[in-house]
Amino acid sequence: MDLSVNLGGIKLDNPVIPASGTFGYGLEFAELYDINILGSFSIKGTTLEPRFGNPLPRIAETPSGMLNSVGLQNPGAEAVVKEYFPRLKKVYRKKVFANVGGHDEESYVAAAEILSKEDIVCAVELNISCPNVKAGGMAFGTDPDKAAAITAAVKKVCRKPLFVKLSPNVTSVKDIALKVVDAGADGITLINTLLGMAVDWKTGRAITAVPHAGLSGAAVKPVALRMVHEVASAVSVPVIGMGGIESAKDVLEFMSVGASAVMVGSKNLTDPFICKKIIEDLPAVLSEAGVQDIKSVIGRTDRCAK
Amino acid sequence: MIKDVIYTISSNLQLNSSVFEMRLDGDTAPLNKSGQFIDIALSGKYLRRPISVCDYDENGLTIIYKVVGEGTKQMSNMQKGEKLSALCALGNGFDDSVTAKKIALVGGGVGLPPLYGLAKRLKSQGKNITVLAGFNTAADMYYINEFSSLAPTRVATADGSAGTKGFVTALMDEGEFDYFYACGPEPMLNALLKTGLDGQLSYEARMACGFGVCMGCSCKTKLGAKRICKDGPVMTAKEMR
Ligand SMILES: Cc1cc2nc3c(=O)[nH]c(=O)nc-3n(C[C@H](O)[C@H](O)[C@H](O)COP(=O)(O)OP(=O)(O)OC[C@H]3O[C@@H](n4cnc5c(N)ncnc54)[C@H](O)[C@@H]3O)c2cc1C
Ligand SMILES: Cc1cc2nc3c(=O)[nH]c(=O)nc-3n(C[C@H](O)[C@H](O)[C@H](O)COP(=O)(O)O)c2cc1C
Ligand code: FES
Repeated sequence: MDLSVNLGGIKLDNPVIPASGTFGYGLEFAELYDINILGSFSIKGTTLEPRFGNPLPRIAETPSGMLNSVGLQNPGAEAVVKEYFPRLKKVYRKKVFANVGGHDEESYVAAAEILSKEDIVCAVELNISCPNVKAGGMAFGTDPDKAAAITAAVKKVCRKPLFVKLSPNVTSVKDIALKVVDAGADGITLINTLLGMAVDWKTGRAITAVPHAGLSGAAVKPVALRMVHEVASAVSVPVIGMGGIESAKDVLEFMSVGASAVMVGSKNLTDPFICKKIIEDLPAVLSEAGVQDIKSVIGRTDRCAK
Repeated sequence: MIKDVIYTISSNLQLNSSVFEMRLDGDTAPLNKSGQFIDIALSGKYLRRPISVCDYDENGLTIIYKVVGEGTKQMSNMQKGEKLSALCALGNGFDDSVTAKKIALVGGGVGLPPLYGLAKRLKSQGKNITVLAGFNTAADMYYINEFSSLAPTRVATADGSAGTKGFVTALMDEGEFDYFYACGPEPMLNALLKTGLDGQLSYEARMACGFGVCMGCSCKTKLGAKRICKDGPVMTAKEMR
């Protein structure tokens, strides 16, 4: 069955894309299965300078999900280009989404410029929604004007289509989406993690060293679906949906509310073979839903609403 | 190599009030060192539980775990014949190729299990090993007979209810050992680093993936940031000091 989708000119063999921060730079997964079966994948959030990130513990378990306060640990854009991409190219023939983080406009722009020059990068995913860094990150993604300004600044230097990754920690995600599209975004990805917290009832201590951390996993799926629906209904650029996706059926749900492709995050951490399974399951699940062409799923919720 | 293996529980024995020994039958081909761990999926729990492999052979492996929360509680209620899914094998494990004259295997509490398989290996290589086991109190002790059958084994308890009173480091005489392998609580590992002795230490961290992709478990070392799950859990004293 043809599973291909088209994201405003970026053609993918299928809509399944491992999400940033849950797939490293692909190398560990390449030892587990042939990662060329993926539509694409999004690299770990990469900043201009190397970052160690936050103190441990950085992980907590929650009902049907998890919290992380990793804090964008990454080796820096230059090292990714010089050390990681060459190793990745030996095992991966397709292209990646370059997830870019930063702490101010200049650092975002510089990292996006470096990464977007690489052949292996098909698009930049601007992470203005990381809740785990003090400066920058979510501060840009929760203020519509700042989000628009940074999008415009990166767009000027970005050599590839620019996707902007939105935060769910806002009152109106639609307003932010409209602003960044207006500022030049070629696509939207959402949702990043929801700010949350876990506490030890015995000691009263927060479980993660940075007490407020990012919630992801099945627990966030209903929120994510609602937000993808809101945004996809409002903008004309492609939307990539994510948040709690764990199965081929979940993929159909996100595409139904308007996503042209999906990202699978936390589930990669608890089942490293999940993306392979989802891709293998998609044809059967599509036939079960009576669908001939996966593209016809996109946005069908609104079409069947009335 | 990492596989998602479905194991069959062949026994789940209670060793003391909170510590259990579970024998799992199934694929152990991915294991190649002592000190590696498996990551166990439990129903209703979002994250897997990392547990060290105590010992293994071609038919299966043994783990020893302490009930500390809901996940380990659930494990303690599992019966012979039930299935368990685990990622195997994770982590680097202990480098047992080191040549040293007198080696101390230092374990605190539920840090002891991986040292059991290691003790077997080192013994089969003809190395001179001594096991130093630390517990909070006599009631927490387990596997002392098993260790004693492999090597001289000394015990310390924090409250003095068995063996020497004090921490496990009190069992080492000045200059007695020239190398150590250790697993246990961080204060114990820090105390060992302070002795200046060369050795290897196995660390713990809260983990999401267990195979090196989420950066949930990073620590700083002399050689830069390392992932406890993938580059560790075993680190050298040189890089941690
Ligand atoms: C590499 C490694 C090897 C280990 N080997 C052993 C072993 O051989 N025997 C043994 O008894 N224990 C071992 N542990 C600790 C064991 O993983 C925890 O005790 C266990 O995960 C607790 O789960 P729970 O559901 O009972 O506790 P809960 O507190 O309910 O767990 C909640 C969450 O916190 C995590 N967590 C809680 N305590 C720890 C801890 N100490 N370390 C890491 N994660 C934790 C759990 O995995 C889970 O995600 C090891 C840990 C690591 C990292
Ligand atoms: C451990 C971890 C690290 C993450 N790191 C990043 C990151 O570097 N950049 C980013 O844009 N999103 C990051 N995310 C967010 C995910 O890409 C995704 O948006 C979110 O987890 C929701 O999807 P999920 O429920 O499928 O995990 C991270 C998530 C997790 C769990
Ligand atoms: S637990 Fe994910 S990198 Fe170590």
